[in-house]
Amino acid sequence: MRRAATLIPAVLFAVLALLPFLPLGRDGGYVLGLLTRAMIFGIAALSLDLMLGAGGLVSFGHAAYLAIGAYAVAVLDANGLSDVWAVLPAALAAAALFALATGAVALRTRGVNYIMITLAFAQMLYFAAGSLAAYGGDDGYTLSGRTAIFGARLLETPRGLYAATLALLLASYLLCRMLVASGFGRALRGVRQNAVRMQAMGFDPFALRLAASVTAGVICALAGVLLANAAEFVSPAYAAWQRSGDLLIMVILGGAGSVYGAILGAGAVVLTEEALGRFTEHWRLIYGPLLILAVLFLRGGLAGGDRHRV
Amino acid sequence: MTLLVVQALNGLQLGLLLFLIAAGLTLVFGVMDVINLAHGVQYMLGAYLAVTFAALAGSFWLGLLLAVAASGIIGLALEWLVIRHLYARDHLAQVLATFGLILTVNEAVRVLWGSAPLQLAMPEALSGSFELMDGLRYPVYRVALIGAGLLVAAGLGLVVARTRTGMLIRAGASNAPMVSALGVDIGRLFARVFGAGAMLAGFAGAMAAPLVSVEPGMGDNLLILAFVVIVIGGIGAIRGAFVAALLVGLLDTLGRSLATDGVKLLLSGPAASRVGPALASMLIYLAMAAVLAVRPAGLFPTARA
Repeated sequence: MRRAATLIPAVLFAVLALLPFLPLGRDGGYVLGLLTRAMIFGIAALSLDLMLGAGGLVSFGHAAYLAIGAYAVAVLDANGLSDVWAVLPAALAAAALFALATGAVALRTRGVNYIMITLAFAQMLYFAAGSLAAYGGDDGYTLSGRTAIFGARLLETPRGLYAATLALLLASYLLCRMLVASGFGRALRGVRQNAVRMQAMGFDPFALRLAASVTAGVICALAGVLLANAAEFVSPAYAAWQRSGDLLIMVILGGAGSVYGAILGAGAVVLTEEALGRFTEHWRLIYGPLLILAVLFLRGGLAGGDRHRV
Repeated sequence: MTLLVVQALNGLQLGLLLFLIAAGLTLVFGVMDVINLAHGVQYMLGAYLAVTFAALAGSFWLGLLLAVAASGIIGLALEWLVIRHLYARDHLAQVLATFGLILTVNEAVRVLWGSAPLQLAMPEALSGSFELMDGLRYPVYRVALIGAGLLVAAGLGLVVARTRTGMLIRAGASNAPMVSALGVDIGRLFARVFGAGAMLAGFAGAMAAPLVSVEPGMGDNLLILAFVVIVIGGIGAIRGAFVAALLVGLLDTLGRSLATDGVKLLLSGPAASRVGPALASMLIYLAMAAVLAVRPAGLFPTARA
């Protein structure tokens, strides 16, 4: 188990790093674009796994952070700013603020009420985004170009965006892995299993959960920035509740609490959707039952999951 | 003033519609601790079945009856196929599996009936309007909908409060293992509750069909609203669901007509006409956040929630 947890991610990242150097021929741009998308959702799923796998917090509104990151790109773009020095701090600060404000209320609730209140906050953001007439309202906003990196337009090619996404995925993965293994991660898992006992030992469950929510939100906003760049388009649909559901599926399919499982889950979902979508217009008619079967029979997910999961 | 009365009536009607959907949701959650996202598709199916059966039978009333019966049968089938296997699982697994059900049924509807919105004609007897007060006409059908909603709500309240089945439902909601240990077949009780909930949602969909455009995914937004209702009301509480449903219905409807004017008091015209509608859409979610911030278990907390 422990060896697999090191070996699989190592192989995964090695393959992803070597791929752009293979002769992919005419479909190269398409393949890289698809994998970029999968990796972006990998970052988002990683961040959700930090809350869900380690913290036991089932957020049904995580797509809100994708929208925050994406709208940071759009709003700055509309005001003539599209450089990473402006976009990243704005996106991450906005996400941290949103996570702090909503977490302060949502973390007072437990169980289904927590699931529903996170959903409610994401819905608020969804409707708020739809009212931003200056940024396209419900129709969305087309970016004038991708974000520059300190003046250099490195993200304009499929290969450039792919490389940047891969680097950020690796960084997010290492950060999440480190956090889960750290004292903070242990305390968070302790709170998930027995909050009262942890409190008696001097830990503050609320503060730990809030810290996990803010960290997860900030990492997910990063994915939102990338997603806006990949699509060169931003719309309220980024925060739709169906997308929050998709993120949960990725984490659970990959195996909550295993960190790298979230990346596998995101890849599996994005690639399955794409493959089924090419096969038939009504791909959801296959995807839906597959999802139900996966939940009923594939317990623990692709990565086997965290053995301590309750 | 007249606008306010019309909007209040519309809000009442939306509230009762929401109650019909939320009632099944909250009972299913109360008795079996199952969170069923696929409840919204029951509402959608009710509307589609009503359209189809009304066309086949040539009568709105026969179509309504058949649609409600078929909704119950589909509900029982879904319970047997999927929901039954989720009792022992955590809420997360239930959310995902029923999310899969939503995707499947929405797509199946798209295949069977097409993506284009369908219409259902009102029954002739109720298609007129009458004068509510000076110069204000209100459609009879909407009043009939309010009446039907109140009637069903009262009936449901009586069943839960006064009958043996209702007693078992309440007992199951507060301690299911104990009810089971006392010799009640809790699985069968749950299947019945689930089927009844599906019929209520189907009834809501069939009754709403003449007022809305019947299209795939029409249940999704109402599902979210119904969840807001049961969370505000306190999960598992039928009385809470009723109060919260009316609250959400009125707040949403009145909010949409008054928010822009309200915001105009604070902001200038053009800004207000942009902020107003957004604020109106957010109003019920703000209300839910406010309620949960003060009472984390909802307005009428039950033992289990």
